[in-house]
Amino acid sequence: MTRETAVNTGLALLLVAFPLAAQAMGEPFYITLATRAAILALAAVGLNVALGLGGLVSFGHAAFFGLGGYAAGILSTHAFNAEPLFLGFEGTASMPWIWLVAAVLCGLVALPIGAISLRTAGVYFIMITLAFAQMIYYFAVSWPAYGGEDGLSIFVRDTFPGVNTALPLPFFLICYALLLGGLALFWLLRGSRFGAALEGARQNPVRLAAVGIAPFGIRLTAFVVSAMVTGVAGALFADLNKFVSPSMLSWQMSGELIVLIILGGKGRLFGPVAGAMLYVLIEYVLGGITERWQFFLGLVLLMVVLFARGGLLGLLAGKARHG
Amino acid sequence: MAEPVLEISDLRKSFGALKATDGVSLTLLPGEIHALIGPNGAGKSTLIHQISGSLKPDSGSIRFLGRDVGGLDMAGRARLGLGRSFQISSLMPEFSALRNVMLAVQARQGSSFRFLRPVTSDAGLTEPAMAMLERVGLAGRAGVPAAELSHGERRQLEIAVALALGPKAFLFDEPMAGMGPEGSRALTKFLDDLRREAPILLVEHDMEAVFALADRISVLVYGRIVATGTADDIRNDPEVRRAYLGETA
Repeated sequence: MTRETAVNTGLALLLVAFPLAAQAMGEPFYITLATRAAILALAAVGLNVALGLGGLVSFGHAAFFGLGGYAAGILSTHAFNAEPLFLGFEGTASMPWIWLVAAVLCGLVALPIGAISLRTAGVYFIMITLAFAQMIYYFAVSWPAYGGEDGLSIFVRDTFPGVNTALPLPFFLICYALLLGGLALFWLLRGSRFGAALEGARQNPVRLAAVGIAPFGIRLTAFVVSAMVTGVAGALFADLNKFVSPSMLSWQMSGELIVLIILGGKGRLFGPVAGAMLYVLIEYVLGGITERWQFFLGLVLLMVVLFARGGLLGLLAGKARHG
Repeated sequence: MAEPVLEISDLRKSFGALKATDGVSLTLLPGEIHALIGPNGAGKSTLIHQISGSLKPDSGSIRFLGRDVGGLDMAGRARLGLGRSFQISSLMPEFSALRNVMLAVQARQGSSFRFLRPVTSDAGLTEPAMAMLERVGLAGRAGVPAAELSHGERRQLEIAVALALGPKAFLFDEPMAGMGPEGSRALTKFLDDLRREAPILLVEHDMEAVFALADRISVLVYGRIVATGTADDIRNDPEVRRAYLGETA
């Protein structure tokens, strides 16, 4: 077992042990914290495909996180009120269907956004992804049918066959399982031919074209997959809070996802997991002491950027190596 | 005469008032090494960029294997079989030497949209890639990231990547640049054999290598070809002597 595998296993076990211990001690609030970390980690795993592997700094992934959230909110509201959404279809409160809709919706939205944004690079790519996300944000704010600025409540958490999702621990386990699934997908992609081409597009797109692989299609595929994973995380996030609002679509959310990856280590399998765990920990511990906890988050981020460029994973497991 | 593999006709490219390529026509015949020489700023790199597809000419045509490739981008031309090496080593710095070549093998197989199978245990990629590294004498450094290879080794790796594409023609932009005399001699020998596999359009400053290798030499000065011929023709061409070779010939 390499050092990185050991660190990854440790992080995965820590994340599942914490809520189990909380359950044993009768402290369900801590389960919710761990669930929050797992969902944010999954969202960041999605972004890590584009940002970590492809070097595509999307500053608009909140669009997909929020769209996933709204997919859950809207489907579940219609199911709750038995109101037809379209053609007599009354939504659904079943999580697997909601995830599917969230993923497909985000993929469909990411396709044109990616196709346009990927004609640019560098800071222009950052700005254009931000602009698209802001468009969706303002659309949600100004659309009264689903709560507009006030957001949309999910009155009863959506269901999963054979699981009582209203209880914190089973819901955590669902989120954790999806996180592991997202990590498995990332791991497979990274090791595959597609992953090799994608990492090539990040390192040297001219070289990639010179061997006969056009970077555009590779990057666009990565962008779409990335958005789909983040979208599923958004649906879970809505179910965790039983609430969706435009804040899930905001640029602060996009920034938060990037911060998670930088904290944890970009392009690393467990970077987003480490980043999300640290983020939620800082948010909870320092947030309990001061309202200005984000100042301290900023300091931590500064330290990481200045002294530990590989993030937490870089500190714990050393420099990334390619086979 | 055999059908040319690569045929460039009346190619023109200007940057403002500067005519970087001013009506260049040249051919690359099967089995030959055609060297392109010229003083700095003569437009050699601009020409290579237009042939490989990273720069669009203002007018003129480029035919490769009997087909007009003007409408193809760099990746499309590479897929047709135009294998290129770069003047300044252009590799995937984080990938090992082996993975750099594997990526080229993968590109040649046209299979970059496979998402599940790990490449590192894919013998369809690793074996041909390893064979290419052996050919250029880099097998012992297969696992070293390209960024950690020496300059000369990176030049060798460039060649291995170009070989792995199984190209129908090579476009080598100063492959000897920055190599020691020993490395240059080894590479000269290597290129000498390589022409039997596919013809080579060679841009090179190392005159010793050019005169030893080239079947034909074209001399580019201010975007124009002032002479084309065998090594002897070029050595004795008065215009070339005046414009370029000067005292060094």
